[in-house]
Parts: sequence; C-alpha cells; structure tokens
Amino acid sequence: MTTISDPPSESFRLSMLLNDTRYRSMTFQFIALILLAGAIGFLGWNLMRNLALLGQDISYEFLGEPSGYDINQKPIEYTSQSTHMRATIIGVLNTLIVAFLGCITATILGVTAGVLRLSKNWIIRKLMMVYVEAFRNVPVLIWILIIFFVMTAALPPPSAFRGDDPDSSMLFGAFAFTNRGIYIPRPIWEAGSGIVVGVFIASVIAVFAYRRYTTKLLYDTGKLLPRGWPSLAILFIPTLLVYFIMGQPISLDLPALRGFNFQGGTQIRGSLIALWFALAIYTGAFIAENVRAGIQAVSHGQTEAAASLGMRPGRIMNLVVLPQALRIVIPPVISQYLNLTKNSSLAIAVGYMDLTGTLGGITLNQTGRAIECILLLMLFYLAISLTISAVMNVYNSRMQLKER
Amino acid sequence: MNKSVFFGALTVAGLAAGASAAATLDDVKARGTLNCGVSTGLVGFAAPDADGEWEGFDVAVCRAVATAVLGDPNAVEFVPTTGKTRFTALASGEIDMLARNTTWTFSRDVDLKFTFVGVNYYDGQGFMIPKALGVSSAKELDGATVCIQTGTTTELNLADYFRVNNISYEPVPIETNAEAQQQYLAGACDVYTTDASGLAATRATFEAPGDHVILPEIISKEPLGPLVRHGDSEWGDVVRWSLNAMVAAEELGVTSANVGEMSMEAGDNPEINRLLGTEGNLGEMLGLDAGWAKMIIENIGNYGEVFEANIGESTPIGLARGLNAQWTEGGLLYAPPFR
Repeated sequence: MTTISDPPSESFRLSMLLNDTRYRSMTFQFIALILLAGAIGFLGWNLMRNLALLGQDISYEFLGEPSGYDINQKPIEYTSQSTHMRATIIGVLNTLIVAFLGCITATILGVTAGVLRLSKNWIIRKLMMVYVEAFRNVPVLIWILIIFFVMTAALPPPSAFRGDDPDSSMLFGAFAFTNRGIYIPRPIWEAGSGIVVGVFIASVIAVFAYRRYTTKLLYDTGKLLPRGWPSLAILFIPTLLVYFIMGQPISLDLPALRGFNFQGGTQIRGSLIALWFALAIYTGAFIAENVRAGIQAVSHGQTEAAASLGMRPGRIMNLVVLPQALRIVIPPVISQYLNLTKNSSLAIAVGYMDLTGTLGGITLNQTGRAIECILLLMLFYLAISLTISAVMNVYNSRMQLKER
Repeated sequence: MNKSVFFGALTVAGLAAGASAAATLDDVKARGTLNCGVSTGLVGFAAPDADGEWEGFDVAVCRAVATAVLGDPNAVEFVPTTGKTRFTALASGEIDMLARNTTWTFSRDVDLKFTFVGVNYYDGQGFMIPKALGVSSAKELDGATVCIQTGTTTELNLADYFRVNNISYEPVPIETNAEAQQQYLAGACDVYTTDASGLAATRATFEAPGDHVILPEIISKEPLGPLVRHGDSEWGDVVRWSLNAMVAAEELGVTSANVGEMSMEAGDNPEINRLLGTEGNLGEMLGLDAGWAKMIIENIGNYGEVFEANIGESTPIGLARGLNAQWTEGGLLYAPPFR
C-alpha cells in the first residue's frame, strides 16, 4: 500500500514569467502596455516642452471672453458680444440639428432603398442598385459641395423676386425657394395657443386609444369597427373647434421680400439643406445595404410559412420579414448614425456653422489656441457620439429577442 | 481620426520647431531653398501663372529674401496656406516666413508669438456690391447677406462695424476666395467683404468688372506684412531689411535698370553706397554678402517697380499707390536709414 500524497505545489519562480504559458501572455501584454503608456507620455511631454519653448501654455481662459464674430444660424440667443463658450454651444446645437435631421432622413431613405433593392421588379431593383453604388462610392464631401453649388446656381437669388414682373414668384405666396435657402411660414403663438396645442396632443392620444380599443374589440368579439375616418375625425375636429372658439390664437408669419432679403418666416439655409441632404443620401446608401443584409438574414422559411397562411406579399414584408430584419439591422445602423454625426464636421465646406466651424474654426483662428480648441473639439464629438451610442444601445437591447 | 493625426503631426512638427528655433538663417543656407508661406491664390499678390511659376506682390517679398540669403530669386519653395493653416505652418517651422497678406495685430504679434517685420501693403477692409442693387454707402446695407472669408480679421471688423452702426446682416462664412467669388456672382450673397486690395484683385477676374462697385467705406486698418517666428531676431532682421532695402531703393531712386551702374563704384550718396555694399559692411552685419541689397534690386526691383508690375494701375487689378506711396510723396512708406 502506498499513500498518494498531493504533488508538491510548485513555488513561483521569476523565470516562469517567460517560460510558463500561464504567465507568458500576461507578461507580454504588460510590457506592451508599458510601452504604449510610455509612447503617449513621451508625446504629451514633448508637446508641453515645445509649447513652453515657444512661450505658450495650455489655458482655457479664452472661453470666457467675447467672441467678436457673428453666426448666421443661431438656435439660442447670441450676438458678437457673447462669449466663445456660447459660440461653442451654438456649434454643438447646430451639429445636433443636422445630425438629428440627417439620421431620420437617412433611415427613411435607407429602409426604403434596402427593401426595394430586393424587389421583384427589375427596373426598381437596378435603380436602387445604381443609387447605392453611386452614393456609397463617392466621398461625402463631394456630394455636399455638389448639392450646395447646384442649389446656388439653379435656384434664383432673392432679387429675382423683385419688381412688377419678377422672374420668380413664391409658391402659394408662402414658400420662397432661393439660392440662400428656403423660406417657410412660421407660426406665431399668441395667448390661448397653449390650449389649442394641448387639445391637439390629447386628440393624438385619443386616436391611439381608439385604435387600441378597436383591436381589442376585434379580438374579443370579432366585431370590426371602421378605423380610418374616425381616427381623422378625432384628430382634427376637436382641435379645429377649440381653435375657432379661442379666436384663432395661432397665425402664420409669412416670409416677404423686404430690402435685400426675405424677412419673416423661418429660413432653412442653403448650407443646412446641402449638408442635411448630402449626409442623409450618403448614409442612406449604407443603411440600405444593412437593411438588405438584414432581410436576407431572415430565414426564407418565414416567408414561405407566411405565404402558406395566405398572406399577401406586402403584408409578409411588413408583418413578418421586416420586424425580424430590423432587429438584426439596429447594431450596424448605430454605427452609421455615428458616422453621419462625425461626417457633419465637413459642414465648414459650405459655411454651415457647426461645432467644427465655431470652436474648431473661427474661435481657433481668432484666439490662436489650436491645441486647446482641438482637444475640446475631440471631447465634444466623443461625448456626442457616446451619447448617441448609449441611447441606441438601450433601444437595441429592448428590441432584441427575449430568450428565456 | 483626422483630429488625432493632426494632433500627432502638430506634436512632431513642434519637436522640429523646438530644434530649429534658433538659427533659421543657417538652416535656409544649408537647405539651399527658402520655405515661404503664401496664399492659395490671390491674383496680383500670390498666384501661379500659366507656367506654374508663382508671381505677385507677396511672392516678390519671398523672392527678395531668397535673393538676399541665397543669391537666387528662384530658390524658394512656395507653401500655399489658407487663412486657417498659416499660423500653425509658421509656428511649427514648416515655413521660414509668411508673406500672405496677413494683418499685423497686437494679439498675433504678442499672444501667437510672431514677429511682424514690417508692412508691405497698407490696406483696409471694404465692401464690393453689384451696381444693380443701387447701394452707394455701407450704411445702407441693413439686412444684407454678406460673404466673408472665415478665419480672418475681416469677420471681427464686420461684426464690430455693423454693431456700431446698429444695422443687421447675415454672415455667410466661406473658406476660400474662389468659393466666395462663385457665391457672390451667383447672388447667394449681396455683398463680398475683404481687404480692399483683395476686392480689386477679385473684381479684376470677373467677366464684367464694371458691373460691381467697391463702396467708399474702409472700415478697418489692415497693415499687411511678412512675419516670422518669435525667438530668432537674426532671421527677423534679414527679412525686415530685405523689405526695407526695396522701399529705400525706391526712395533713393535705385531701380533694377540703374542698379548695375550705380553699384560699380562708390558714388556721391553715402546712403546708396551703404545700401549697395560699396561702402561700409552692412551685409556682413546681417550675415550676408556685401551685395545682398544690390542683388534684390537687380533681380526683383525696388518697391515701386514691384508694385507697378503686380498690382499697379497698369495691371488689371489697378490699385493706386494711395497710402502705399513713399513718405516723401504723402504716403506711409518710410524705411529706416541704412547706416
């Protein structure tokens, strides 16, 4: 009989860091980490030392000083006497505006084009292929410039609207398309308009409630109530009634040619339109490919199963295939949204005052604080991108298939 | 991604600048070419001609310095810079000097650590507007859409002018002069504003220059001149006195035609003798040949000749001397004495 004792536990020796596979990878990773940190540290130290040699320092005091320049598109109050910080915030807001508009338009375009790329109709299929390939393979900066220059050259200047027999006239007397942008009527909110808006919001909620009720009634009793015209009636009749009872508190401020420009109304500037459309069309082409990939990833058995239940092709796409496809499509589309937001920094090419135009452009130039401005610029873009990413990831995790 | 590359490049360039901060003159001599920052293309001031040769009023300053230092007006590497990139290019050492209609201001001189060595053109910001609009004064521009080149002092002057006069405007920021021209001609802006000399140069390239007027208001002082980095006064002196030599030569009546004859032997005027190196050792003090100024005038011409050839009244740009005449003729050009 022999007693088997545990093998003597091997004590740790220094050479094991290299010879033992359990530790070796960690050793090399640690060395790589130190080298990386050293390289970054050297670049930072080098920068500070050379700045000191040039007699400069890192300081953000300029943010509190008056900016001295004007910005055309200002979502919040701003004059040339406001601070650089406020100009920066205007830039952030303008970036968010174009990113928001661009993302929505790109999604609509992308989903439509993606579905149509798989159409059985040869012409539609090929047209969508041409759209995707043409827009995906030309740099977005060129699309921005093309749209801007075409708008500038093709649309009439405001002076063409002048005179007794003008070359151009306004659409319905309310919309003016000029090469400086599109002028649209702006609602004026007077006292009591809040009630009208409140009633309208309540009507929207009521429409949803009514539709839910009809669905429930259909499932419970099999009785089908009409949905189309009652929805419309619920939506508009109460609002219109209140609107007239309150004495028409909402009126429209129509644009009109006064002096050099159209005054009144809301101006959607040519630079915003060019940037918005170019980004939307360009990113839309990528999203179309994502959507196509998503649709093709849904097992064909699903389509066949739906068809054998007697569903029409349109309904199969809307009720069976797309809901499953879009779930797959969400993660790649998040990265397209991030791309679009970052591509919006090309705005300066058409003079749109986004974050790069204000903080990274005029402020940088007028203060000469290049490193501070660029660092801050990176920080802002990082924050915007991470926010979009976080919001979309929450949405993604809610849409994912719940597997229990 | 772009940002981080830019940042890295800035750091590396910063390293280069740190190393070469002291002796630009020696560097230029060793390299055999002068790296001179100019604009991306403004006819009359700095633009490549049909053969790709850079020519213009600012280019002449670069060539003058190259002639003084290297004896060859063609030993210049022209680096086109935009309003935004010019200062980074100079601070990082990518270029040895900047001659790009750059306005001499306090903060650029003091805060950005540059040395303006002089003024080669006294300018002011003006407005150009189509004649058809029937405007005769900048005060009538209420509500106008104004094209501006972004990244220049003109943005700030414009904001100040309109605020002081309590009139409104809509700024359209534009990156380059060429784009601004396109926007202005298409009617996307009513007014184009930049330095009056730039307006004249731009208007000269229009199909129908007569249809556009430059308004009488000059809303700012824009002393334009070449500049170098802080911290290398010897190099600053070379650029400063190359410019002064051209100005002094005009005042003293030395031209490219008669400089050969005048520099053969010492003449009656001791200042001309010192300028042309036939007397004294001014060139040696600068670390250059005795005939440095002679070569500038021989190859480039004096200030007046350069002005007439590039932007004067006989050229399409057609600028009058105005403030840029010699002090003896009521202008502001005043070169310190060569002694």
